[in-house]
Amino acid sequence: MEEFDWTSIPGALPILADGMLITLEITATAILIGILWGTVLALARLSGNRPLAWLAAAYVNLFRAVPLVMVILWFYLIVPTLLQRWFGVSQSSDIRMISALVAFALFESAYYAEIIRAGVQSVPKGQVDAAFALGMPYHLTMRLVVLPQAFRNMVPLLLTQAIILFQDTSLVYVIGLADFFGAAYKVGDRDGRLVELLLFAGAVYFILCFGASLLVWQLQKKYST
Amino acid sequence: MSMIQIENVSKWYGDFQVLTDCSTHVTEGEVVVVCGPSGSGKSTLIRCVNGLEAIQQGRIVVNGTALADPTTNLSKLRAHVGMVFQNFELFPHMSVTDNLTIAQIKVLGRSTAEALARGLAMLDRVGLKAQASKFPGALSGGQQQRVAIARALAMDPICMLFDEPTSALDPEMVNEVLDVMVELATEGMTMMCVTHEMGFARKVADRVIFMDHGRIVEDASKDDFFGTPRAERAQLFLSKILQH
Ligand SMILES: Nc1ncnc2c1ncn2[C@@H]1O[C@H](COP(=O)(O)OP(=O)(O)O)[C@@H](O)[C@H]1O
Ligand SMILES: [Mg+2]
Repeated sequence: MEEFDWTSIPGALPILADGMLITLEITATAILIGILWGTVLALARLSGNRPLAWLAAAYVNLFRAVPLVMVILWFYLIVPTLLQRWFGVSQSSDIRMISALVAFALFESAYYAEIIRAGVQSVPKGQVDAAFALGMPYHLTMRLVVLPQAFRNMVPLLLTQAIILFQDTSLVYVIGLADFFGAAYKVGDRDGRLVELLLFAGAVYFILCFGASLLVWQLQKKYST
Repeated sequence: MSMIQIENVSKWYGDFQVLTDCSTHVTEGEVVVVCGPSGSGKSTLIRCVNGLEAIQQGRIVVNGTALADPTTNLSKLRAHVGMVFQNFELFPHMSVTDNLTIAQIKVLGRSTAEALARGLAMLDRVGLKAQASKFPGALSGGQQQRVAIARALAMDPICMLFDEPTSALDPEMVNEVLDVMVELATEGMTMMCVTHEMGFARKVADRVIFMDHGRIVEDASKDDFFGTPRAERAQLFLSKILQH
């Protein structure tokens, strides 16, 4: 069996860094939009407005019942046409990146919505009563009293979801986007050092995700006391 | 003038009738104590007064405003009806100061400086000026309940509702809260208090209401209630409660 040969890695670092940037960009966008849109979906489901709650539930259940890799492909096939029709964006813009961002944001929203819904329900009913009794209307009660407490309870779950998301971004290889995993694959394939490059990429994923998990664990310990 | 009017109110949770044809009133400046066995509907009745619970029959009018009137802005009404809960319900993610000022600023539209001045004055009034920058979790139960009272008072309420404000407290902390309530009562605040503290009732109540199985079975002046309660259940209840 051949010896491992790590020499192509130093030269590949700039490409890998570019890939990591794409990975982080998708992750950050999906977290941000996922939490915002997820909050809207969660509040819609809890609103007591039947049609609204039903629509939100349908959205959440649809996205949770479909594999992420398919969602990424769908959006890659649909988004370019839509962008062109609605906004006149030309096919030459970075369609892959945009469609990946949209797919991840919408998909993650469904998961964040469920986490946030559970978080809102974890806030004692008496807190809502107290806010109402002080004259706060529903939106102030949510914004000032319920959501801040809900998010504080949810921090570990939100971070765990972010770690899963960070790993799942590697699925963009199906649309040929060079995220960190895609970049490693490309370089390895080019240099005939696929095993080394994928081992290296795996190690980087492991260190980052395991480090983040330790942080979550620390937070959980802190919050549970 | 009648501050709170409760007329023939009935309420159901599904098939279960929790309130049956309840009528009473609280006049401006009056202190009315509501007592009765656990599960008799006291909390439900007092929560109906500021619309935290909806009623299916009857009418509730607060300061001339009918709660069920479609033009009534419930939030606006509640802003001027103070309520104190059994479990304090301070906002745990805010300092005492923020607890005191947030609704003044966001609901009444007061400036931060104005709200702070009013909040701290109320905090001083309940004897907790030194605790302003602490968080609720760092306070004892009695202190938390006094902050909750200060928070309600900072909104300049036209009347105050209390739902068993001392029931969740350790016995040695009951009096610090009752003292604040007695002071409020003697200053002329209109109060409707669900409580089993008969010492408090004797000291400041004008009337005592006794509830049983969702009905108001006795509604009498303090002297009549403690002297000659008419309803048998009230007599029994009193003799039990006054033993300890
Ligand atoms: N949200 C609810 N759903 C169903 N039943 C309730 C609800 N809240 C209270 N009840 C019932 O209504 C009755 C009166 O409750 P409550 O007003 O809390 O009594 P009290 O304050 O006098 O102890 C009790 O039997 C209680 O179980
Ligand atoms: Mg009760």
